Amino acid sequence: MFIKIKDLTKNYNNFCAVNKINFQIEKNKTIGLLGPNGCGKTTTIGMMLGLVTPTEGEILIENKSIRSFKRDDILKRFNFASPYVELPKKLTVKQNLEIYGRLYGIKNLNERMNEISSDLDIKNFYERKTGELSSGQKNRVSLAKSLINKPEILLLDEPTASLDPDIGDFIRSYIQEYKKNNRITVLLASHNMSEVERLCDSVIMMRKGKIIDSGSCEDLIKKHGRNNLEETFLKLARS
Amino acid sequence: MNFNKIYALGLRHLYLIMNSFPRVLDLIYWPTVQIFLWGFISKFFTLNSEYYNNTVGIILTAAILYDFLFRASISFNMMFLEEIWSRNFTNLFIAPIKIREIIAALTITAILRTLIGLIPAVLIAIPLFGVSVLSLGMPLIFLLLSLYLFGVTLGLLVTSGLLRYGPSFENIAWASLFFLAPLGCIYYPIDILPLSLQIIAKGLPLVHIFEEMRSILMNNTVNYLNIFKSISISVIYFIFGVIIFYISYFGAKKRGTLINMGE
Repeated sequence: MFIKIKDLTKNYNNFCAVNKINFQIEKNKTIGLLGPNGCGKTTTIGMMLGLVTPTEGEILIENKSIRSFKRDDILKRFNFASPYVELPKKLTVKQNLEIYGRLYGIKNLNERMNEISSDLDIKNFYERKTGELSSGQKNRVSLAKSLINKPEILLLDEPTASLDPDIGDFIRSYIQEYKKNNRITVLLASHNMSEVERLCDSVIMMRKGKIIDSGSCEDLIKKHGRNNLEETFLKLARS
Repeated sequence: MNFNKIYALGLRHLYLIMNSFPRVLDLIYWPTVQIFLWGFISKFFTLNSEYYNNTVGIILTAAILYDFLFRASISFNMMFLEEIWSRNFTNLFIAPIKIREIIAALTITAILRTLIGLIPAVLIAIPLFGVSVLSLGMPLIFLLLSLYLFGVTLGLLVTSGLLRYGPSFENIAWASLFFLAPLGCIYYPIDILPLSLQIIAKGLPLVHIFEEMRSILMNNTVNYLNIFKSISISVIYFIFGVIIFYISYFGAKKRGTLINMGE
């Protein structure tokens, strides 16, 4: 198994944000992390990115504890995008990609920047300041930054939140296409059920810091006797 | 240490300055105003004070050196605050860069911001008030080194507070230097302080730096032991600052504040 989460727990004083969760992700699969707001998705992602220290439990990459890796050795295999995390607004798109390319130690950086900016159609606002862009453009730049290092593991937190259907579809199609052509494992936290159905091989449902169910979208829908993933989500979230 | 990564972080702040003319203006404006203000005060005291009689430029030189310290500290804080204000904090801390490389990048880049602000002000002081800090000679380099290390240390302590308490600690960033200024004996000799405060003041590098500056300008003598003492104290504070920064970083990871740091 590529990623193994073992009894992962995070307590903040008396509040348990994540409660002994266990799951595994196979290499090159996309897993959806679903659950109502405050269920522990972001904390789980934070622990995987090394931003939050777990109270208990382990995160294993290829059966090796994440703690046994050097910080920069493990982080160069990861990347992350979220509309709630922005790139420096006063820098141009090109400057931001250059800086993150350098931080991730990318060889042939100009080539990589050209490639990713063409793929994500951001060339026409390449020289504009990131803070002046629309939400859709910012999301594409954020995704470009998250793929600049060709990560083995990509964590996406609501990548299409607050986007119009057209741009949302562009992002989803791009992720699908990128997955076809690259070996990448994706953990996707989202509230958009059609997005999850379209992109994910299986899903993990969380509530109050615990995993309440998991499996493929079809299996979960069938198991809970619902017509689609949204209905299944509502049933589980309200139970 | 990976110097490419340190360079990348430095470049981020260089681009930030280069992309905004008001930002450059802001960097230059305040030191220049300070020089004008203290230049006139200095001129007044030179003409009317027995202590400063015939010692043109002591107050102005002290003001320039103090501003150097102030700018070094504020530059360090500002660069860290920029990451919070731009909500880029998470991106920075998930990048494969070591914490010591972040500290090194901020320390090195802070000198650039400091000099952009201070060099025009220092040059203005020469024709306008006939005062040049260069008259301190070779010891100036060591005094600046000591001031810079201490300024960065204050920056490290404030950024540690930002990591610990979040953006609400920002106000402390601005107040931090004013808190120490009375004990630094920047414009007056240490004897002015009550005995109890003299003991505390001697534990700061500032007293040794500014006492030495006055001694060079007034007596034309250089006491390298005093300079060495100030650098040594600054180095000790710097190491202390780095340790506090690391403690705050690991504390922030425990409390989960790194993940939602931002306005």
